[in-house]
Amino acid sequence: MVKIKKNIAVSDTGFLFNPMTGDSFSVNPIGQEIIRAFQEEKGEEEILEEILEAYRVDRSTAEKDLLDFKKMLAHYKLID
Amino acid sequence: MSKASYTIAVTGLNAIDSPGPGLAVIRALREASSFDVRIIGLSYEALEPGIYMHELVDKSYQVPYPGAGQEVLFERLKYINAVENLDFIYPNFDAELFNYIALSGRLKKELNIRTALPDQEQFEARHKSRLFEFGSEHGIKVPFARPVYSAGEIPAVAAGMGFPLVVKGKFYDARVAYTVEQAMQHFNKISAEWGLPVLLQEFLHGSEVNVCGAGNGKGDTLGAVPMRKLYITDKGKAWAGVTLDDEKLLEITAKLVSATQWNGPFELEFMKTREDEYYLIEINPRFPAWCYLAVGAGQNQPEALVNLAMGREVSPFGSYEVGKMFIRYSYDMIVDIKEFEQISTVGEL
Repeated sequence: MVKIKKNIAVSDTGFLFNPMTGDSFSVNPIGQEIIRAFQEEKGEEEILEEILEAYRVDRSTAEKDLLDFKKMLAHYKLID
Repeated sequence: MSKASYTIAVTGLNAIDSPGPGLAVIRALREASSFDVRIIGLSYEALEPGIYMHELVDKSYQVPYPGAGQEVLFERLKYINAVENLDFIYPNFDAELFNYIALSGRLKKELNIRTALPDQEQFEARHKSRLFEFGSEHGIKVPFARPVYSAGEIPAVAAGMGFPLVVKGKFYDARVAYTVEQAMQHFNKISAEWGLPVLLQEFLHGSEVNVCGAGNGKGDTLGAVPMRKLYITDKGKAWAGVTLDDEKLLEITAKLVSATQWNGPFELEFMKTREDEYYLIEINPRFPAWCYLAVGAGQNQPEALVNLAMGREVSPFGSYEVGKMFIRYSYDMIVDIKEFEQISTVGEL
């Protein structure tokens, strides 16, 4: 289960601030949805299904993009 | 009960690209809710911008350079006090602190002027050249460093330390060197400007995080606000920064203040590595130029220290606002040559 670090919030405009490091980021709407889903403690499979339902994308591309996004969150130390 | 009213002298009016902390301290004092204030600026040079900022500084006096010695400084302060009846002095420059610390007893006894300064022992112990030992003593990580007194010592010290390394002045300036030749060049420039020793320090990769705080001299931290620089000038000075939610940094700060019984303001400079380890780089025994951010985040530390020195009850700040930013800017004032003439010739404005 991917856990977004505590105190990290994403605004409606996609602005993300990490109060531990002072780093800030902009994420696009699907990035916001994924972060919110992680914060709601949804599993990766469930998130993937939601993406496949909402967007016109094939499973392998969505899987790869979700994995990339997760790696990016880890790189910027936004997940525990 | 009517509000107290204090006359407070402040140095560090050089709001230039590498600014002194004076104007930030003055803004904090002007916003104090517990007292009214008259601000007396103490300047070294006629072009320090604060002298001409009359909305912040009520009157300015030139003071002798630290090299003139304590007696000359005391005589000047005695004169200023006779005119202004000072209650408190906030010295803000590293190079002048030694004199003010040495004079603090006399200032209080003979002129009834209070200060909020570390004692001589605390001041000496946190010197850059002794910081490594200081860290080992108090269980705080400090990058390995060695003071050097001549360029000839550099090859041997550098061989043990490896490159890159940081060459630092005793009061100011830090440059990264990648070769012995470069380290020697930096040594020559820095020693010519800031004297000896020059420090060679292990280079650490990471991001710099700083803490602005104040201790009450009894081991308690009155306030502490951590900040990360978001924009740095070519001199390494913060031009923008943001307050952080960093429990670990606050813990280290409290540990340090408790161990040293620190009295007065301080700035702690840390390097945070990729592995989230904190290395103490410097302890500055004064407020930093960005201390107004702490005020903006809810901790008016300069006000608290004045109240403490005046014998009033001061409780430690419990919290601060995370995610508050400061963004510095420069501003051209238009000043009449008459004012410049006045401060240059009479030494008062």
